[in-house]
Amino acid sequence: MRIGSAKQTYAADEAIFKTDVQRLWFGLLALALILFPFVSSDYWQLLACLIAVNVIAATGVMILTGFTGLVSLGHAAFMGVGAYTAAYLSNHLALPFWLSIPAGGFAAAAVGAVFGIPSLRVKGLYLALTTIAASFILQSIFFNWTAVTGGARGLTIEPASMFGHLLVTPGAIYWIAMPIAALSVWWARNLLRTRVGRAFIAIRDRDVSAELLGIDLLRYKLMSFALASFYAGMAGAVWVYLFRVITPESFRLIESIFFVAAIIVGGLGSVRGAIFGAVFMTLVPELLKIGASDLAPYWPDAVKLLSPVRTIVFGALIVGFLMFEPLGLNEIWLRIRQRFALWPFRT
Amino acid sequence: MIEEADARVDAPILQVEAISLAFGGLNALRNVSLDVVPGCITALVGPNGAGKTSLFNAISGFYRPQSGRVFFEGRDITRLSAPPRAKIGLARTFQNIALFRGLTVLDNIKLGRHAHLRTSLVEALFYYGRPQREEIELRAEIEQRIIDFLEIDHIRHAPVGALPYGLQKRVELARALAMKPRLLMLDEPVAGMNREETEDMARFILDVRDEWGVTILIVEHDMRLVMDISDHVIVLNFGEVIARGVPAEVQKNEEVAKAYLGSGEIGSQVRQSVTEMAAS
Repeated sequence: MRIGSAKQTYAADEAIFKTDVQRLWFGLLALALILFPFVSSDYWQLLACLIAVNVIAATGVMILTGFTGLVSLGHAAFMGVGAYTAAYLSNHLALPFWLSIPAGGFAAAAVGAVFGIPSLRVKGLYLALTTIAASFILQSIFFNWTAVTGGARGLTIEPASMFGHLLVTPGAIYWIAMPIAALSVWWARNLLRTRVGRAFIAIRDRDVSAELLGIDLLRYKLMSFALASFYAGMAGAVWVYLFRVITPESFRLIESIFFVAAIIVGGLGSVRGAIFGAVFMTLVPELLKIGASDLAPYWPDAVKLLSPVRTIVFGALIVGFLMFEPLGLNEIWLRIRQRFALWPFRT
Repeated sequence: MIEEADARVDAPILQVEAISLAFGGLNALRNVSLDVVPGCITALVGPNGAGKTSLFNAISGFYRPQSGRVFFEGRDITRLSAPPRAKIGLARTFQNIALFRGLTVLDNIKLGRHAHLRTSLVEALFYYGRPQREEIELRAEIEQRIIDFLEIDHIRHAPVGALPYGLQKRVELARALAMKPRLLMLDEPVAGMNREETEDMARFILDVRDEWGVTILIVEHDMRLVMDISDHVIVLNFGEVIARGVPAEVQKNEEVAKAYLGSGEIGSQVRQSVTEMAAS
């Protein structure tokens, strides 16, 4: 229901939530997120943490690819930079998590900005290729800079601690991961209400006229790379505290593709799309796994036989989205919302 | 509003001094000079390929002329890149609309003000204090001065890509006005419009000059519009200025008629009948 929202000020019309009904729903969502760890099992808490990490990273990719129009296939590597930085600072300088996580973000932002430099000259597929190169270069650093990264064997870190409590379980990490995810989403949403976010979209839609309006392309493209990498770095740092072990294997090219797939499935060009995409991409493979094991009582071999099928189903779902819902889950959401716009007065 | 009438005797707001521009062997502009008088509408006309859009691109910083100089309000801007030109008040629209299709009308117009806003990336993330104030002020100003003025209040939240052509042209004008222009360059503002839309646009252009005090340089093929609204006309042909003056003078110019209608027996007959038509 979205009626009865006559606005009196421009500030009200520029707000993120424009009606009381929206605010109510958002309040309910926030409440559910707060209550979630108290009513769920370890397994679901772990999934929730993974979703939060993926939401942070996917929001970053959305800013870079969905809003600025710069395709990046190096995002998992930037995430790795954040993860190793946080691990190093935590192990060697005994930095608490609330410092090492942002530090991971800043380290990744610096690296991301450097790999963003080619974006001034190359676009589209060509840029995608240069970011793949970034991915391989960073991979090789992760493997070979043994003093910092522990090489192929990787490294482990001490659990995060707060007021003397060790945050070991996913249920505890949830209180780090979910607030950061919420902050990331809020930042992205704010960005779009200001000149910076508009400039990003302008560069995506028509860079020539963006320049004519006074938008410095190099500056804004690098800014977008740095911000997106900052998101990735924070996601990587949270990820480290969740698993407490890192190997270079965790940040391969395939993970970067995972994020690009997530924002496409979610719906390019909307913050909500990044959330939907991250949730979908994290949850669906797990749900398929659960579905297969639920069949076990009736069909003992289900898990073994269905596990390759699972990957196929997952792949088919993505292809299905590209074909039948190119604007992604967000579009479905908007359609449902539109349907109920005048409910219950008109259906 | 800015004073207008007495400004007309001032020094030219834009001076183009002997610009030449060549692409390979093709001379797009040869030794073109012109002055744009502040507070006036100056029209740039000429047959297709005469170099009008090239000249526009040279003035707005897309092309760098091989020789010659461009002065804006007395300042040499020949070597200035495009973004800083936006800040000093040089605004333009494009022949084939260059709006941002994924954004709403309102966001497109807001983008016009980009160079004058100050919010930094970090401030933007928190949207608290200055960024918020700046955005709300901008919104109010756009609503009151631009959206009202151009009569586009019914479409402010519509995505630009879904609008009909005539309205898109109007939104592009709105975006240019949001740039706080001192000189507004319009590249074929009424191309492809019907009579009614053309008349609306002509009214807006005149109002921009009179109410906003903005100087206008316009490229247009619609001769009726050019003769109706412009104070000065400059005619280009094959990259050279072949005539300039008030509309009535230019209309009678032999060179101009030749450029448009061709020379020779048939050409002169056509020219004669056109002149008769214009006289009646």
